[in-house]
Amino acid sequence: MALLTIQDLSIGYDAHTVLQDLNFSVHTGDYLCIVGENGSGKSTLMKTLLRLQKPVSGRILTGDGLKETEIGYLPQQTIVQKDFPASVREIVLSGCQGRCGMRPFYNREEKALALQNMERMGIATLKNRCYRELSGGQQQRVLLARALCATRKLLLLDEPVSGLDPKVTAEMYSLISELNRDGITIIMISHDLSAALRYASHILHIGPTVFYGTKEAYLESEPGEIFTRDSYATTEPQRAKHKGGKRK
Amino acid sequence: MIEKLGMYLQYPFVRYALIVGILIALCSSLLGVTLVLKRFSLIGDGLSHVAFGAMTIAAVLNLTSQMLVILPVTVISAVFLLRSGRNAKIRGDAAVAMISVGSLAFGYLIMNIFSTSSNLSGDVCSTLFGSTSILTLTERDVAICTVLSIAVVVTFILFYNKIFAVTFDEDFSRAAGTHTDRYQLLISIVVAVIIVLAMNLVGSLLISALIIFPALSAMRLFHSFRQVTVCSAVLSVFCAALGILISILAGTPVGSTIVAVDTAAFIICCAAGLILGGIRK
Ligand SMILES: Nc1ncnc2c1ncn2[C@@H]1O[C@H](COP(=O)(O)OP(=O)(O)OP(=O)(O)O)[C@@H](O)[C@H]1O
Ligand SMILES: [Mg+2]
Repeated sequence: MALLTIQDLSIGYDAHTVLQDLNFSVHTGDYLCIVGENGSGKSTLMKTLLRLQKPVSGRILTGDGLKETEIGYLPQQTIVQKDFPASVREIVLSGCQGRCGMRPFYNREEKALALQNMERMGIATLKNRCYRELSGGQQQRVLLARALCATRKLLLLDEPVSGLDPKVTAEMYSLISELNRDGITIIMISHDLSAALRYASHILHIGPTVFYGTKEAYLESEPGEIFTRDSYATTEPQRAKHKGGKRK
Repeated sequence: MIEKLGMYLQYPFVRYALIVGILIALCSSLLGVTLVLKRFSLIGDGLSHVAFGAMTIAAVLNLTSQMLVILPVTVISAVFLLRSGRNAKIRGDAAVAMISVGSLAFGYLIMNIFSTSSNLSGDVCSTLFGSTSILTLTERDVAICTVLSIAVVVTFILFYNKIFAVTFDEDFSRAAGTHTDRYQLLISIVVAVIIVLAMNLVGSLLISALIIFPALSAMRLFHSFRQVTVCSAVLSVFCAALGILISILAGTPVGSTIVAVDTAAFIICCAAGLILGGIRK
């Protein structure tokens, strides 16, 4: 039994369908990278997997004893208001809320877990700092530590490196693949194809043609060939224009 | 002056006013932080107008227990408002403004048509700005207020962690399996209860001040959610007590005096925040 099995899934908003008939499954220990152009529905897919929104049709089955409250999530943009007073510790600890259930307060174990994850992400020294005063890279680590508190099994990351400089990006990727080696299944959305190809075990390409398979198979496949060629060949300004056209 | 104060404190109505004032200040400051952060600073204003509208209806119907109308109507509006803020077809502030203006006009209209009192604008004025009604509280009022306040405080403490999580990042909370809708509902109900309570003290128009000022003042000084919450509660209680005492000694209107003290506290906190910020850097 796979960790997640997606059957004939169609996703979208209200009446408007973004993607149709997805079929794939994610197994424990996989590192799945979701690639595709802007607006192709990657974030929508992730939100549907998280049950933040209803699928238009189809089913998402969980297996391997994965509970709904055991999924860690790193959103594409956390719209935290500029003036929100929250310390790093409070935010990381809030990752334990699923574990905590109806119990009103966090227990010692959960506090220890939060501390441990802060150490893992190298932000233990920042624990009493105010979240909004941190740099983008530090904030991303805080949110990753929070996601880790929520799960031991499955982590969903929506563009975890957007807006980070190359050095921090590389650190972030190696952190994530370290987590994967520790046995956490990763589903990550990324625009960075070279990184996707370097770290992932499986690729889900969404767009006009959908591809799902191992990364070796992806490189051989048609969408893979076109997408890799495009993203390496085109220069930045042209890509931006391309994005604009696809949005709508 | 101490003697004079001591003399006043002999009177039960002064003691009642102090107790009720402090309880309401405590309750309203607790959720103030959440409301300000969720961009619902004016919900106090809006809901108190709804409560005003409901009150006029209750008055016209000649109900003995006005609470039976006011509380449910306000709770329903609160649920509607805080919910619509999220799935924004009408954005939060617009919805609040709409409901607030609508029920204010409606309430005034009803009062105008049905009121038998000759001093209409006086009536409206005292419901909006808070009359001396806090000085005419009965033992029963105090008991009701105490029970509701304790309920609010206990609820807040029990759900403190969840309220923080849901306010900070609703999507993450839902993904982590928290029933955010339930907590949203809980927050709405508690807010409505607080506002109906507070109407007695400061009147409709000044309720927002009780919700906003302590939270904003505390946010100048502190940077974690817990510190801000504790600080705003302490500050709010202190300002309310001080305001009531001043208003008794100086004979000024209770509501406005409390708000004036809150404003002064805010200015002091701003200054302190700037100085502390300067030192830290
Ligand atoms: N709240 C919404 N209501 C209606 N349609 C939406 C909503 N959010 C996104 N869409 C539409 O759904 C489609 C997919 O959006 P989605 O955010 O999933 O794209 P994405 O692949 O994550 O893009 P990006 O790479 O820019 O993050 C887009 O065409 C978008 O216009
Ligand atoms: Mg996206």
